[in-house]
Amino acid sequence: MQGPLLLTVIIFLPLAGALALLILRPEDRVWIRRLALTTALAELGLSLLLLRGFLPGVAAYQFEEYRSWIATPPIHYHLGVDGISLFLVLLTTFLTPLAVLASWQSITSRVREFFLMLLVLETGMIGVFLALDLFLFFVFWEVMLVPMYFLIGIWGHERRIYAALKFVLYTMAGSVLMLVGILWLYNLTGTFDLPVMQAMLQTSQVLLNTRTEMLLFGAFFLAFAIKVPLFPLHTWLPDAHVEAPTAGSVVLAGVLLKMGTYGMLRFCLPLFPEASHRLAPYIAVLAIIGIIYGALVAMVQPDLKKLVAYSSVSHLGFVVLGIFAFNATSIQGALYQMLSHGVSTGALFLAVGMLYDRRHTHLIREFGGLATPMPVFSALFLFVCLSSLGLPMLNGFVGEFLILLGTFQQHARWAVWAATGVILSAVYLLWAYQRVIYGDVTSENNRALPDATRRERVILFTAAAVILWMGIASPVFTRRMEASAQNVLKQMQRSTAYEARDSRGAAPRAIQPAIPSAGER
Amino acid sequence: MFVLDYLWIIPALPLAGAAMLGLAGRHWPARRVNAVGVGSVALAFAAALELVREFSRLPAAQVPWLKTYFTWITAGSFRADFALQVDQLTIVMLLVVTGVGLLIHIYSTGYMAHEGGYPRFFACMNLFMFFMLLLVMAANFVLLFVGWEGVGLCSYLLIGFYFLRKSAADAGKKAFIVNRIGDFGFMLALLLIFRTFGSLDFAPVFSGAAGKPQATLTAIALLLLVGAIGKSAQLPLYVWLPDAMEGPTPVSALIHAATMVAAGVYMVARAHALYELAPAAMAAVAVVGAVTAFYSATIGLVQTDIKKVLAYSTISQLGYMFLGCGVGAFAAGIFHLMTHAFFKALLFLAAGSVIHAMGGEQDMRRMGGLRKRIPWTYWTMLMGTLAIAGAPGFSGFFSKDAILLAAADKSVVLYVIALLGAMLTSFYMFRLLFLTFHGEPRFDEHAVHVHESPKNMVIPLAVLAVLSVVGGWAAAPEFWGSSNRFEHFLAPALSSPSRAFLAINPGPSLTAAVNTFREMTQQILWEMAGIAIAAAAIGFLVAWWFYIRRPQTPERVAESFHAPYKLLLNKYYVDELYDFLLVRPTTWISTHILWQVVDDGAIDGSVNGIAHVARRFGDRLRHTQSGNTRSYAAWVLVGAALFTILLLWKVR
Repeated sequence: MQGPLLLTVIIFLPLAGALALLILRPEDRVWIRRLALTTALAELGLSLLLLRGFLPGVAAYQFEEYRSWIATPPIHYHLGVDGISLFLVLLTTFLTPLAVLASWQSITSRVREFFLMLLVLETGMIGVFLALDLFLFFVFWEVMLVPMYFLIGIWGHERRIYAALKFVLYTMAGSVLMLVGILWLYNLTGTFDLPVMQAMLQTSQVLLNTRTEMLLFGAFFLAFAIKVPLFPLHTWLPDAHVEAPTAGSVVLAGVLLKMGTYGMLRFCLPLFPEASHRLAPYIAVLAIIGIIYGALVAMVQPDLKKLVAYSSVSHLGFVVLGIFAFNATSIQGALYQMLSHGVSTGALFLAVGMLYDRRHTHLIREFGGLATPMPVFSALFLFVCLSSLGLPMLNGFVGEFLILLGTFQQHARWAVWAATGVILSAVYLLWAYQRVIYGDVTSENNRALPDATRRERVILFTAAAVILWMGIASPVFTRRMEASAQNVLKQMQRSTAYEARDSRGAAPRAIQPAIPSAGER
Repeated sequence: MFVLDYLWIIPALPLAGAAMLGLAGRHWPARRVNAVGVGSVALAFAAALELVREFSRLPAAQVPWLKTYFTWITAGSFRADFALQVDQLTIVMLLVVTGVGLLIHIYSTGYMAHEGGYPRFFACMNLFMFFMLLLVMAANFVLLFVGWEGVGLCSYLLIGFYFLRKSAADAGKKAFIVNRIGDFGFMLALLLIFRTFGSLDFAPVFSGAAGKPQATLTAIALLLLVGAIGKSAQLPLYVWLPDAMEGPTPVSALIHAATMVAAGVYMVARAHALYELAPAAMAAVAVVGAVTAFYSATIGLVQTDIKKVLAYSTISQLGYMFLGCGVGAFAAGIFHLMTHAFFKALLFLAAGSVIHAMGGEQDMRRMGGLRKRIPWTYWTMLMGTLAIAGAPGFSGFFSKDAILLAAADKSVVLYVIALLGAMLTSFYMFRLLFLTFHGEPRFDEHAVHVHESPKNMVIPLAVLAVLSVVGGWAAAPEFWGSSNRFEHFLAPALSSPSRAFLAINPGPSLTAAVNTFREMTQQILWEMAGIAIAAAAIGFLVAWWFYIRRPQTPERVAESFHAPYKLLLNKYYVDELYDFLLVRPTTWISTHILWQVVDDGAIDGSVNGIAHVARRFGDRLRHTQSGNTRSYAAWVLVGAALFTILLLWKVR
């Protein structure tokens, strides 16, 4: 099945599933759910094929697809996967079925439209990760916004309209800037094709003066920083999370935030290395502030979902720090942290969603003593909390440790500050856990809560299994990431270093894959 | 060579037990829970014994014996393997952990028999055994850190075992968080080690230490010490251990006395090659240990909760181990770790037996006169008390004496502090014994049905009592007419290239001189042992005077020294101080400044402000929305023109 069309199929299968949903009558809820789940599972299976066919140790894009789309301006349907995007695609296809399962009963109105949006969202997200043409990338980037807007705005909670609008306005503000940046780059290079553009910039066929590079970097970076979200651009996130339905939160925290850090790795560093280097100290400071600030604010939240949202600010701060430490270890750590944050925080939101399904509140003070009525849920919830606070042998530790290790090699002081996050994450998670789970049952409403159902156990045990697996067998992942992570650093070296390597006989083609009809105007 | 080849079996056995109990144990009958929970540890102990047999036949060149199983983390130049190793130090730790662990597991089948969550208890205990074994067998710092954090997790779970009690849940959380503060230092040490040595495996780090700058080594050693201080509850991070007594008593015995809290000492001894090259860090270890040993003993003088006394005693004894390591007597530190594991586990289990007999009472003011009612508990506890107080011939006497001697060699001040601490130890332990077992009963005999514990609790007590007596004989120093086999056994693991010159065999001409010297020192050693015995005796006599001869004395003393008494009773108000200086300000700032002012006020406020301005601007703009198609077209044109100009101007 390693056909030339695999990536296309992976991108558009969910869309096809979404369209198929339209055939069903809106009242056929059972079949709507089943079809949505089948689609999501089939998609997961396909992405596993991708994993099987993926060659470790290769930095170049694999499974490339390259077709003309629009003649002038030359926009191509160019797809490809490398060690950076591979696992983000898998993360998406892994979380979507869980999100479908989580919405099984909690979504009761407009069921068909809900799953339709969720599947369209999946197409958009995977497209973002696989597109290698800047225009195509931007199309997917924007497409993804629409279903997310509706997911929050229609199926959200009380202040859903406010939150949905805030989410869209923030993201749009960033993407408008990015669009200007993309057009500007096109003007300079005459192409939308990322690998070609990158090669031209790297070999100095196109020279950017410092000011231009800084501005372009800024245009892209701001869009991504809002998405991450980097302090102080994060205030849309808590609102969006609190109002979103569970599935929305899972996808939002699990995948959407990663698009910001993915964009930084894919565009900011390889295209604008000088600007990246110059601004790295400031970005690192913001990332570190985010780590500590996010954790401290998470600590005092009365609302579980807000707590997890702020913890994301803290965890993503680690990722940004790892990226802008420009170290092979820390970048791999950042990639790993992106995955494990997706799984752990996704699982946290799933767990919080289960509590919401029972009590229709996220407020910590409404709970307490849940260990007595819900022992299985409590144990699994603890497991997820432990993974989020970075207990060794679970997934969170690997990423955090690699980020700190790599960062420390370059900038010891950054790592020292960031490491305080290790203390704080234990504080806010264990404190929240204690108030929700331990103690006597304080509210009569909680005394007879049912323990995790079979469906919920499937969800939580699946997440727990992946959490454990990622904590023990990390080389399975890092082996496939390594070449691409190092490639980012290679791409950051400009022509002088490039030629020096060339003269030693290394083939420059090996760094960039052959692109047919590159650079045509 | 079975176990040597399959080292992973030792930790895997309790892990399997934990997994089975955790996943299925809820529905099992108690007998099956016992079989799995105790059986897995018994098998691990048996495997450890077999390991000792195989290890003893190993040629010296093959020690440390290293087994690498799979790569756990790799990225860039960093690589951490799942690798286990065995050397003499590991052997000692393995036997202590599995041996004492097994006895405490057996005891637990009696003590916990009527508690809810019985399978959960054994699942956590087995999981603890797994992580503790991983900790002592790890062949690199990262895997050691796994065990380190893992035992912390189990400690958290078991302290909070009675999670319905808020105090228990609080104590568990406090333990985990305070430990994390220490782990912050540990983590930074790992980062610095990797930057300095390019590896986190023990072998390259320890053998490469000699060539590295002393400042770096000192920094590493001090950061590791921060981690050790957290885990081994030394000043200033000891505050979690007394609270940890909220856990069931077997947990206190296993985790918070015999094994986990000693992990800091183990780690310092393991990294002795780094410490020896960093004299300033060694001094810090010694000072922290000596001060903690004395400080904590003073608090132990006035506590009335039987377990709290033992908790402060544990902190104090751990201080002695640090002192031993800090003055370079690593073998003595590990020796005290071992004897302490015997007698402190015994004391806790015996205290548990007392609590069991008293129907849950822990306050010694409501005990007394139990000697005849629970004779087994009394006699075994007496053995433990004699051992910890340093009665001649008992295990604690040899180990404490070894530390005191080594300290005297380095610094008189440290020696005196440690000696005073030993005196206090003897006092508070006999105080505990007298208050609990002697005198008149101070409880309602009709309400409390005092009864001796069942066999499965008494037998572990008896075994530990025997070990508390004879456990030190293997290490009796030479002047005592024995050869210190313990130290000789450990020598290969605790020697380092930097100390090798000391081991050069003196020539025949020197031997005579050395012998005269040895005779002279023997005299001194005898005298110093005598001083230590005298200190213990004074402690005993004062306790006897206070609590047997003149039982009204303590009250009078407390009244006439009211302020110091209150200070001790309230544990120097350290918890209150931390709460005032750290906990409250952090939560206050986070809530009232970061969240409400910065997040909701400044950032969101300014964004909303922009939105507001935009809306007003939009209101004005609304007038341009005339609905006239031609005016729209004009606007589009103007916009496009502006955009083009902008682009052209920017791009040039």
